[in-house]
Amino acid sequence: MIQQERMTVVRQREIAKNIFEMTLQGQIVQEMTPGQFVHIRVSNLLDPLLRRPISIASIQKDSNEFTVIYRVQGRGTNVLSQKQIGDEVDVLGPLGNGFPVDAVQEGQTALLVGGGIGVPPLYELSKQLNDRGVRTIHVFGFQTEEACFYEEEFTKLGETYYVTNDGSKGFKGFVTDLLNELKPDFDVFYSCGPLPMLRALSSMYENKKGYLSLEERMGCGIGACFACICRTEEGQEKDYVKICSDGPVFEKGVVKI
Amino acid sequence: MNRLDIQLPGLDLKNPIMPASGCFGFGREFAQLYDLSKLGAIMIKATTVKPRLGNPTPRVAETPAGMLNAIGLQNPGLEKVMAEELPWLERYDVPIIANVAGSTTEDYVEVARRISTAPNVKALELNISCPNVKQGGITFGTDPVVARELVEQVKAVSKVPVYVKLSPNVTNIVEMAQAVEIGGADGITMINTLIGMRLDEKTGKPLIANVTGGLSGPAVKPIAIRMVYEVYKEVDIPIIGMGGVSCVQDVIDFMSAGASAVAVGTMNFVDPFICPKLIDELPAKLDELGVKHIKEIIGRSHRP
Repeated sequence: MIQQERMTVVRQREIAKNIFEMTLQGQIVQEMTPGQFVHIRVSNLLDPLLRRPISIASIQKDSNEFTVIYRVQGRGTNVLSQKQIGDEVDVLGPLGNGFPVDAVQEGQTALLVGGGIGVPPLYELSKQLNDRGVRTIHVFGFQTEEACFYEEEFTKLGETYYVTNDGSKGFKGFVTDLLNELKPDFDVFYSCGPLPMLRALSSMYENKKGYLSLEERMGCGIGACFACICRTEEGQEKDYVKICSDGPVFEKGVVKI
Repeated sequence: MNRLDIQLPGLDLKNPIMPASGCFGFGREFAQLYDLSKLGAIMIKATTVKPRLGNPTPRVAETPAGMLNAIGLQNPGLEKVMAEELPWLERYDVPIIANVAGSTTEDYVEVARRISTAPNVKALELNISCPNVKQGGITFGTDPVVARELVEQVKAVSKVPVYVKLSPNVTNIVEMAQAVEIGGADGITMINTLIGMRLDEKTGKPLIANVTGGLSGPAVKPIAIRMVYEVYKEVDIPIIGMGGVSCVQDVIDFMSAGASAVAVGTMNFVDPFICPKLIDELPAKLDELGVKHIKEIIGRSHRP
């Protein structure tokens, strides 16, 4: 159920250049699943006005905490990055439909491909897949080394590869370049990141089952405002989907990307 | 005693607070959050004869204390609204104000004729002010003669009172208000959004795919208040005021300027519980103002 809660900041730190990790505590954590997002009001004032949709990076139900990882790229996220431990933040969530963890079975392998700030939701996904006995392979693309994060965390969960556009860390190029060399053996792929990456993956793994998490500018975050609409592929039941409430995760082939 | 009830043509409002059209869909999403029967009314999303898929994305952009949108009247079309959305809303004890949109006079007349027969539709809101569609909408909203003629035709077929939603993107909004009053409008809703733009900082290109969008949110409130104030003086039909309402003081301001009820738009996105919160906060505000019933403050700005 969607709820609005004033949650408390229990941790906040910069983990890469302009990338912040913030942990919040509150009851709505109990409802969260990997791939969902929260809609955060960064200030009680009227400016910045709109909430910021941010994906859930990890969920700790036993301590009622969850973590988001976000990039400071405008006024709203800048205000958010100033929050101190003990500050309260107005959170609406959890929102949307996350990754289906049961799409892959125990003993099978999942390929997790992330790009930039699309990497965070794959962390909770990987944790839950590993808990189910699924082997995970992680392939992440970033612009440069200084934008990379969570290498240690992901390495603990499975094979992890980093790709940077300038080659400053790991393989040089795009994730698809590395995947072409790596030729990983897997059963299902999950991905979150820029559209060109999702497009390339969808055609590269045309015959594989896959799930994509999409991003779009949002208004309400709950499906009422029709800001984050995407057209669907031919043959789908509806002409369009709302990224916020029908997604943000869709099975490959549903949304025209 | 209910200190908040308001009677308007076709509308028996428990309180003067209602979500504005386009900010509330057809109510389904907000029904997950609270009981819609609490609302004074619901202004549902604009309905056109045929389904519309709307504009390309990005459709929204934030601005200082406001936002731009160019959704493009996306809606499932008259058939579906009549068959699915309105019957679904019947479970709530709340009057529906159906926002009617179109590209031609015939479109408006067709939607008005049919949608006004739905049992829970108690009034129409004629949308002659959407700035985000290529044809219709705004062209009806900027020429007083065209507006008056459209209202006459819609009035001739509608089974329920007709309110007309005015555009602020005109030189003289009083002239528009008077024209629709002469055309037979039962009330006025105002204001729709102001046409604006935001540019991408790096490229200098418009951020919204439609190039321009409608500005809403607290940033537009002073303009809306001024326009309600001006129109109230010159027309005799009631006004439902809107434009940047974010707190209970804003409700008081709109009603003081001359609105008989108030719609909340953009703030539904910021705080989805804003409407019930405002309704709950109003009685204490009336105490503070030393007022028994909210009706007493309507138009008080104009009193000597």
